[in-house]
Amino acid sequence: MNNLDTAQAVVDPDTAPPARRFPVDRSFLGRAGVVAVVLVVAVVVALLRSGSGLVVWQSVVTGILTGGLYGLIAMGLTLIFGVLDIVNFAHGALLAVAMFISFGLVDTTGMHPYLTLLIATPALFLVGAIVYRGLLSGSGARSLENQLLITLGLSLLLENGLLMFFGAEPKSIKLPGEFQFSLFGAVVAGSRLYAFLGAIALGGVLFWLLRRTRLGTAIRAVAANGTGAQLVGINVRRIHMVTFAIGTACAGAAAALAGPLVTVSPTLGEQFNITAFVVVVLGGMGNVVGALVGGLLIGLVEQLTTIYLGGQSSLLGVFVVFVLVLFLRPQGLFGRKTA
Amino acid sequence: MTATMNSGAITIAGPAGASTKAPPLRPANRQFAILAVLVLLAIPLPAILPSAQGAVAVRILIFALMAVGWNIMSGFGGMFSFGHAAYFGVGAYTSAYLLVKHNVSPWIGMLAGMVVAAAVAVIIGYFSFRYKLQGAYFALATFAFAEMLRLIVTSSKFANKSVGFSVPLIQGSSLWKLQFPADSHAYFWVALVLAGAAVAISIAFLHSRAGRYVTAIRDDELAAAALGTPVMRYKLMTVALSAAITAVAGAFYTQYYLFVNPDLGFGSAVSIQAIVPVVIGGIGTIWGPIVGAIIVGSLTDVTATLLRTPPDFLDFLKGRSGLDVVLYAVLLILIVRLLPKGIVGTIAARWRR
Repeated sequence: MNNLDTAQAVVDPDTAPPARRFPVDRSFLGRAGVVAVVLVVAVVVALLRSGSGLVVWQSVVTGILTGGLYGLIAMGLTLIFGVLDIVNFAHGALLAVAMFISFGLVDTTGMHPYLTLLIATPALFLVGAIVYRGLLSGSGARSLENQLLITLGLSLLLENGLLMFFGAEPKSIKLPGEFQFSLFGAVVAGSRLYAFLGAIALGGVLFWLLRRTRLGTAIRAVAANGTGAQLVGINVRRIHMVTFAIGTACAGAAAALAGPLVTVSPTLGEQFNITAFVVVVLGGMGNVVGALVGGLLIGLVEQLTTIYLGGQSSLLGVFVVFVLVLFLRPQGLFGRKTA
Repeated sequence: MTATMNSGAITIAGPAGASTKAPPLRPANRQFAILAVLVLLAIPLPAILPSAQGAVAVRILIFALMAVGWNIMSGFGGMFSFGHAAYFGVGAYTSAYLLVKHNVSPWIGMLAGMVVAAAVAVIIGYFSFRYKLQGAYFALATFAFAEMLRLIVTSSKFANKSVGFSVPLIQGSSLWKLQFPADSHAYFWVALVLAGAAVAISIAFLHSRAGRYVTAIRDDELAAAALGTPVMRYKLMTVALSAAITAVAGAFYTQYYLFVNPDLGFGSAVSIQAIVPVVIGGIGTIWGPIVGAIIVGSLTDVTATLLRTPPDFLDFLKGRSGLDVVLYAVLLILIVRLLPKGIVGTIAARWRR
């Protein structure tokens, strides 16, 4: 977290008065501007390369909608990363578990896929709490490497457990009343739109939770200064557990919303996990709104890379962006304090 | 095995703060002696073991090579790499490419792979250290580079895209071509020599001036820099050595299994295979990677047999995949939770008390 502080200190000159009413610093707007310009250039180049406005437009629309989904998955991860400093490699696997819960419910009871949200989210909240209490809290898991290894082990365990019990053949969740419509020529699937809207709604809920509730204040306090939070009487261990549980619950919600969009397989978490990490770093860790914005950007990057380089390498652009951001702005593009 | 662990007790570079008593024999010499004994003991193994177990023994040696390589960078150097697949893959692909396209001996291919892998590692390392990536960020960056290489290889015609390379078979056996009949003991011996050399190098490195600098940098980089240690140079040296050893594992892997593709070379599973044995054995110890490789290697064999012919109560497992990984994931979690220093590290710490 020190990164954030020093970066902020560099940005603000000493002469600035400490309390500005609206601390919208110019460098923030400047960076947003740079990002926008880069995106516009990327889109124009893509236009020149493909020579078809429709293809590019379709990519942009798909990119933004998929990006919402990435943001949704990354929101949970960014909470865990920002507050607990845990690189949760198991996030993708937990997403896969939630997908299978959702799939199982739809398959056996025939309920509406989006209704499984009401079960998958609390179930994953519970799983998150148990995982944190059982595996990640306590002295055995202090060091960063150990946490990394435990979540890595957990992800291997969950993925291959799913593989053992459900087999490798991909499954799909059918959305009743699935429809498609055309948005200025670009084809949009209803499920994609719903997932996007769901992501924004969930982002709103999380933002509200962190900003407007006592729990959220406590979480932000722990993120900013654990010792200080403890001194004013916050039960840090409990907040850690709840934060982790909320983070995984986000994966549960994401799974229910994204279920109809993807093919459900034990290893589907892997790819989402990678993308989610990129989004987290891009948006600034712990920054929920940053995760949403980062998700949109990464969705666009992925689609535009496909135009540039062809189908198989969509992730390549994502990694290039990732490495650049890691090197140049490890505190995130819009690096600010915890959301 | 007890001999191994005794030695570990006395000679392992402990974590920060642990003070070791002056050992009676120069630690490096003692470790070399133990290594020699172990290698001598292992030489007749393929003749004793049934042929199925012989293959397991070779796999264990490949695991050990990767683990020793990873341990140099992440254990001695404290730079937690999550992307050793990059170096493994570079080694595998360089030797395969040279053999398939230019009919170059795998030995030369292996050397070339080591050089290329070291160069790749230095480039990645340089940028990561230049921009001061640490901890989780460093791990994520190394992971990203490995994945980038995987994607580049998958989409470049030069490397046969997702098909990869198959090593052409030759008539008869030839050490120069590194090809022997399938049931030959020679594969084991070659792997043994390679793994033995890797361990010897890691012992020599740990006790060299460079190794001392590197462990000092790991324990307190700021202090080491303040005392005038050229931090960047020694870090890059460590990274290059680690990558070169891992590349040997990759090159040998390709020659032994006669096949490599982007996932087998650069997939994240490969990085995990380099990490897990070391964690189980003990990060930052000489013998930890070996012990871990033996455990993980035999475990995969046990589970494979279990799945082929399960006992009655486990009948439902028949033909299912995933059990081996589940078991070693459980082992990984348990070891990290209960023995954070790994098996060798924990025994060493007990012994010292």
